[in-house]
Parts: sequence; structure tokens; C-alpha cells
Amino acid sequence: MSILLQQLINGLFIGSVYGLFAVGYTLVFGVLDMLNLAHAAIFTLGGLIALWLVENAGLSIWLAFPVATIVAGVLGLLLNQVAFAPLRKRSDSQFSGLISSIAMAIIFEAGALGLFGARSVRFPVGTFAAHTWHIGGITITLLQIGIVCVAALLMVILTLFIGHARIGKAIRAVGESERAATLLGINVNGIIALTFFVSSALGGAAGILFGLYFNNLTPDMGRSIELKGLAVIILGGMGSVPGAILGGLAFGLSEVLTVAITGTSTLRDAVAFGVLFVILLIRPSGLLGRGKTREV
Amino acid sequence: MNRLSIEGVSRNFGGVRALDDVSFVVEPGTIHGLIGPNGAGKTTLINILSGLLPPNTGRMSYKNCDLHRLAVYQMAAIGIARTFQNIRLFPHMTCLENVEAGQHLTSRRSLLPRLLQLPSARREDRQLHERAMQTLDRVGLADKAYYQSRNLSYGERRRLEIARALALNPSLLLLDEPVAGMRQGEASVVADLLRTLCREGTTILLIEHNMSFVMSLCSRITVLDFGRVLTTGSPAEVRACHEVIEAYLGAGVPHHA
Amino acid sequence: MEHLLQFYAIYGSVINFIGINALMALSLNVTLSAGMLSLGNAAFAAIGGYTAGILSLHFKLPYVVSLAGGTFAAGLVGLVIGLPVLRLRGVFLAMATLAFGEMVRLAAVNLNVTGGAEGLTGIPNVTTTWMIYLVLAAAAYFLAVLRRSRLGWGLISIREDETAAGSLGIRITYYKVVAFVIGAMLAGLAGGMYAHLNYLITPRDYGFFIAVDLLIYNIVGGIGVWYGPILGAVMLTALPEVLRGIGVTAGPIRLGINGLILLLVILFLPNGLASLFSRRQRSDAKVEAG
Repeated sequence: MSILLQQLINGLFIGSVYGLFAVGYTLVFGVLDMLNLAHAAIFTLGGLIALWLVENAGLSIWLAFPVATIVAGVLGLLLNQVAFAPLRKRSDSQFSGLISSIAMAIIFEAGALGLFGARSVRFPVGTFAAHTWHIGGITITLLQIGIVCVAALLMVILTLFIGHARIGKAIRAVGESERAATLLGINVNGIIALTFFVSSALGGAAGILFGLYFNNLTPDMGRSIELKGLAVIILGGMGSVPGAILGGLAFGLSEVLTVAITGTSTLRDAVAFGVLFVILLIRPSGLLGRGKTREV
Repeated sequence: MNRLSIEGVSRNFGGVRALDDVSFVVEPGTIHGLIGPNGAGKTTLINILSGLLPPNTGRMSYKNCDLHRLAVYQMAAIGIARTFQNIRLFPHMTCLENVEAGQHLTSRRSLLPRLLQLPSARREDRQLHERAMQTLDRVGLADKAYYQSRNLSYGERRRLEIARALALNPSLLLLDEPVAGMRQGEASVVADLLRTLCREGTTILLIEHNMSFVMSLCSRITVLDFGRVLTTGSPAEVRACHEVIEAYLGAGVPHHA
Repeated sequence: MEHLLQFYAIYGSVINFIGINALMALSLNVTLSAGMLSLGNAAFAAIGGYTAGILSLHFKLPYVVSLAGGTFAAGLVGLVIGLPVLRLRGVFLAMATLAFGEMVRLAAVNLNVTGGAEGLTGIPNVTTTWMIYLVLAAAAYFLAVLRRSRLGWGLISIREDETAAGSLGIRITYYKVVAFVIGAMLAGLAGGMYAHLNYLITPRDYGFFIAVDLLIYNIVGGIGVWYGPILGAVMLTALPEVLRGIGVTAGPIRLGINGLILLLVILFLPNGLASLFSRRQRSDAKVEAG
């Protein structure tokens, strides 16, 4: 029983990181109807940059985290400027945007490789205070609690922002109809840039948390999460922020439970993609999604 | 049999009644106009007729087929061709290629003879090419045959869409605003073409807002408003009909001989 | 002559690999030309490769029969998967096919018959360079002719505007499935030949990144002509070798150049490198408006 509970808690932790990552994905899709495949690369860079700040610049993790997150956001602005904005006028912008994001993902990964080397690295000991609690057979570390709190905080702020702040509503307006938003006087280009900033910042933050959790960072650590992130936003519904959050948690839980039940980790991914495949066939709009998914 | 008969067709979108018990008949070999204010349901009706949308109730039949049982691609097989309100040309193809693409049902273009480079394949290609050129010529675009379709003017693109529809050798043409945005001269070229087609036996159902075009061309007109048929009749009858005047034509109606 | 033989001795495997890659890129081109973003061809290559490998290794069937078996198996799976999956649009189709690809790869890793993570070894390495390029030439010819056939016209119409294509009597779903199956079979054939190239195949040969690579070959080379994907495959497979020749080894620079090429192509030469050669693709006959 306590094993089950332990697994649930582990699933919650990793699920919150997945959710944070997926939210960034789904934000861009909701606004631009485009999939940004460079998101995973920014996720990786976020983690690596935070590590560099802690190791080489001597910053405490509490400072490195926001700084790296903002840098990730700036990378998102760069991404938009270089790869997406020039293509928006094209008739096949969804497709060419996708390709463009793949190109940028490769460039970002090359950058990570060049700046940080190919070996895996870890946060130095003492980056985060190592406290462990043992409650009734369950083990929780301070790090895990920290991760969940930070992820939850960010997601709550984002949800409130989108739901209530004027700019948040502007983002939703652009997502519904770019033309109508322009007519309402909304600076569409600015909103899109802001969306990329927020999305990439969140992705970078997820990368830092992921790196802290597994304490093993490599230039291609984004690859493993990229497909999972896609699965999460399909599950939760493309374009839906609450869907991404719920989907992330559900995915994290199912991952951990699959390993616990089958006793091996090899089937874990297969189950994940099998579920994704089935969902796409039955209900592509996911749990809470919006948007056309079939050919009319 | 070659008459298009529409009986009791209704269609809802959520709570909105787009079409409400629409019934009328299009006699073979005539040009039948479909008019009404914006939002009256005209394009919805065409979409239902061409199989893009199913009706909630009602029947439509043509050539002894129940149209609502047919898939979109089967419409062309029984001789129904259409154009679109928003012009759906193949943007990266030339004018000629757009028409050649329309020859899908009237060509064989088999794989094997082509793989073997048989002269019969080349002959067929030549014939298709000529036929496509002739069709382009009918709409007055023969000199623009090799231009990319997206580089044409608005009116030319409407004419090209008609040409592509003609490549099917249709017996029923559904035209959604065929002369929208055209100058008087261009519109009358299209009018002449449609009259010729009609003489050759093609049945035409067209949506238009250009009143002089509709009144001078169509032998019968159906008026829709809020999804309901106000009246069906000859141009004179429609012009004189009170409800139509109230709902649509209004005070500034242009009078024609 | 001596130089040629020497060149071949050093670069023989690269030349083989380029040929296989070009064939794979062609297989993706069939579906791309219909506007379908299917990324499952690596999986079909895996199915073809493993089936052919198993037929040769365990059942001792002749090479050609094994190849045919692999091709057929890939086509069959393509038919079964294609029917439900091809109703999805754009990005969703891409994700479904990616997910399918991952499932196939994971199956290969976990099943005993496929040799698990170590893969299959001991497959007779009977594929020669001539065979590869012969098949490539035949496939290219087939696809070039296909473009001018009824099916080809239909697929391109579907890509340009699916709704309009339907109104012309083109059977959308049927044609998409046919394109999908043809692509799957070509990929299966390539996979089968690859399996007999190095007497060894592992699941890693057929991963997610291979699928994206194929897409990149097509984009960089150009989707609209038969030689586009070949051009892209040749260029991007040969490039690392050329770079290595001038002293740039694997690592960030090579990776970065790949990404940069893709970015520049999509931004400035969206019809791919082939559009530099094809007058048709560049011609933009202008008409004064109005």
C-alpha cells in the first residue's frame, strides 16, 4: 500500500514537470495553430544554462532558476523572430512553421552541444538542500516538494494570467481569430512574441526542474521528453492549458504506475505511445481540447 | 429525371436554422437563379447539394439518385460540378493544369502504358491537353494557359474555376457567385457562356448578388431568406412579389427591361 | 580506373548508405506530394527490414523472396494503419504516425524474434551497390511516371485543395490510402535491402530521428519533383563526409550546419533545391491585376 502511495507521489512530481513543459507547447499551438518542435531544445538549454550559472557563476539555485528561465524566454523571442514571424504570411504556414521549428531545434541542440559538451553533467552537490522525510513508509525529499511547488505556482499564475489579465485575454483573442483581434486594436505581433516568451520560459523552467530531479543533464535530454510532451498535449487537448496540466499529471502517474505494475521500464514508453495512438484515433481533440482535428 | 428536385430540406447548426423546409425544382436545360440576402442559406444549400454537408431532413434527387446518400466524389460521377464562393483553385498549378486536373473523371491516364512509354499514352496526353485548351478558350483564358493560377486577377480566377468545372462535362452546374467582383464586360462574357451551355443542354443553378445578371439570365429564380423559400418564379414574378421586395430588394431596386 | 576503385574502397559504404537514404526519401515523397505529413516511414522500413531479415536468417529464403516478403509486410501494415489514421489532419497525422513509429521501434526492442535491443545479426550481406542504385532508379522512374498518371494528378490535387479535389470526383480517402501503402512498401523495400547490407540491424537504425531526417531530405531537396528527395538525401548524407574531409568532425558544427541549411531552405527556397533547376517551379508569370 505504501508502495502504491509512494508511486503516486513520484508520479505527481514527474507529472508536474511534464505538465509545465506541455503548457508551453500548448500555448503556442493555441495561439498560432502551430507546433513548436524547438520547445524541447529550449527545455534542454534551460537546464544547462541554470547548471552553468550555479557551477561557473556561483549563483545559488534560487537566483539561477529565474535567470535561466528568463534567458529561455528570450530564446523563445529569438525563435519567433527568426523562424516563425517571417512565415506567418504564407499559405502553408502551419507546415513551414513546423519545419522551421525543427531547423531551430537542431541549431539549438548544436549550440548546447558546442557550449556544454556531449557528456552528461550534474548539479554540484549542495545545490539544493537535501532533506528527506519519511512518513509512514513513504519517502519525500525537499527537492521533490520544491519542484511541485514551483511547477504548481507557475501553472497557477499562468492560468490566472490567461483567464483574467487583459494581456492574457488578448492572447486568447489572438488564438481565436487573428483578424478579429487586429480589428480590436490588439497588437497581434506583440502578443505572439509574448506568447513565445512565456511558453519558452516555462519550457526552460521545466528543464531546470527536470535536471534537478534526475540530476543528469545531456544536450539531448530534450528528446526523451519531446514525444512525451506531444502525447500529453494530445491527451489533454491541444490548445488547452488546464488540459496540458491535467494531461501532464495523468501521464506522469500512468508512467510511474506502468513501471510499478509491470516491474520493468521497457513497456512504459510503448504503453504511452499506444495510448496516444488510440486517443488520436478515437478522440483527437483530447480531454479538453479545441480546434479542428479531422478533415471537414 | 435530369431535373433537380429539392424537397423539404432543412439544416441546423447548433441552434441556428440555416435552412428551413426548402423545396423547389430546377428544370433540365434551364438556368435557375438562387438569390437572397447574406446569410439566407444559399451557400449552405449548395454545400448540401454537392455532398459536403448532410441535410437534417429532406430529399434531393437528380437522375434518379438520392443525392443525400452520395459522397462528395460521387457527385461528379453523376454529372454535378460546382464552383465555390471563396474560389478554390489549385494555387500552385497553371491555368491549364487546373483544367487538366478537372479531367479526372474524363481521362484514364493509366499507369502501365505510361511506364512502358507507349504511344497511346502520349496520344491521350495530347488529346487531354487539347481539350483543356479548348475549355480554357471557352472562358476566354486561352492566352493565360501557362500562368500560375494564383497570379490571375480575381475575375479571371472565377472564370478559371468555371473552366475546371466544365472539364467534368457536367450535366448540372452549381455556381456560387460566378461573377462576383467582375466588371460589366467580364460578367456578360460569362453570361454568354452560360447561355451557350444552357443551349447545349446543361442545367445551371447559380447563386448571385448581381441583380442585373440574374434577372437577364435566369428563366426561373428562387428567393431564400432566413433559410426559407420566399418564392420561386420567373424574374418578373419575383420582382413583383411583395415579400421579396420587403425582405431584400428594398427601395433602390434597379429596373430592367 | 584505379582511382575509381580506390574511391569505392574507401567510400563504398557511404555510397550504399546514400542510395538507401535516397530510396527512403522517395518513399516519403509519395505521401508528401498528397499533402500528408506522415512520419511513419522509418517504422515501415523497420517492418520491412526485420521481416526480410527474419525470412533470410531463420527460414533461409532466397534474397529476392525475403525482400518481397518484407515489402509486402510493410504494405499490409500500412493498409491496416492507414485506414483509420488518414482521416486525421496535418499535425495530428504527423503525431499519430510518429507514435506508431515509436511503438514499432519499442516492439523491436522488446520482442525475442527481433533479437531485442541487440537486433538481428548474421543476415547474409548480399545487397550490392548496383542493386541499390538499380532499385533507386526504378523507383524514381516509377514515381516520376506516377505523377503524370490519374493517381498522381489526384494526389497533387488533394494536396493543393482537398475540398475542391473531392468536387472533381477524386476519391480522397482511397487515394490517400493508396499513396500511404505505396510509400510504406517502398520504405519496406529499402529497409529490407538495408538489412542485407551490413548483416546486422538494430532498433536504433529506425528511430524517431530517422523519420525527421527523411522529412528534411524532402524539404531541402524539394517535394514537387522526382529528383528532389534524391537530391536532398544525397546532399545531406554526403555532407558530413565532405565536412570530415576538410577536418570538421561530428559534433556541434556539423549538426549546426544541418539545421542552418534546413532553416535557410524553408525561409528562402521553400520549394527546395530542386527549384533552382526547374524553370517551371520558379516561373511566376505575373498579370496586372484588375
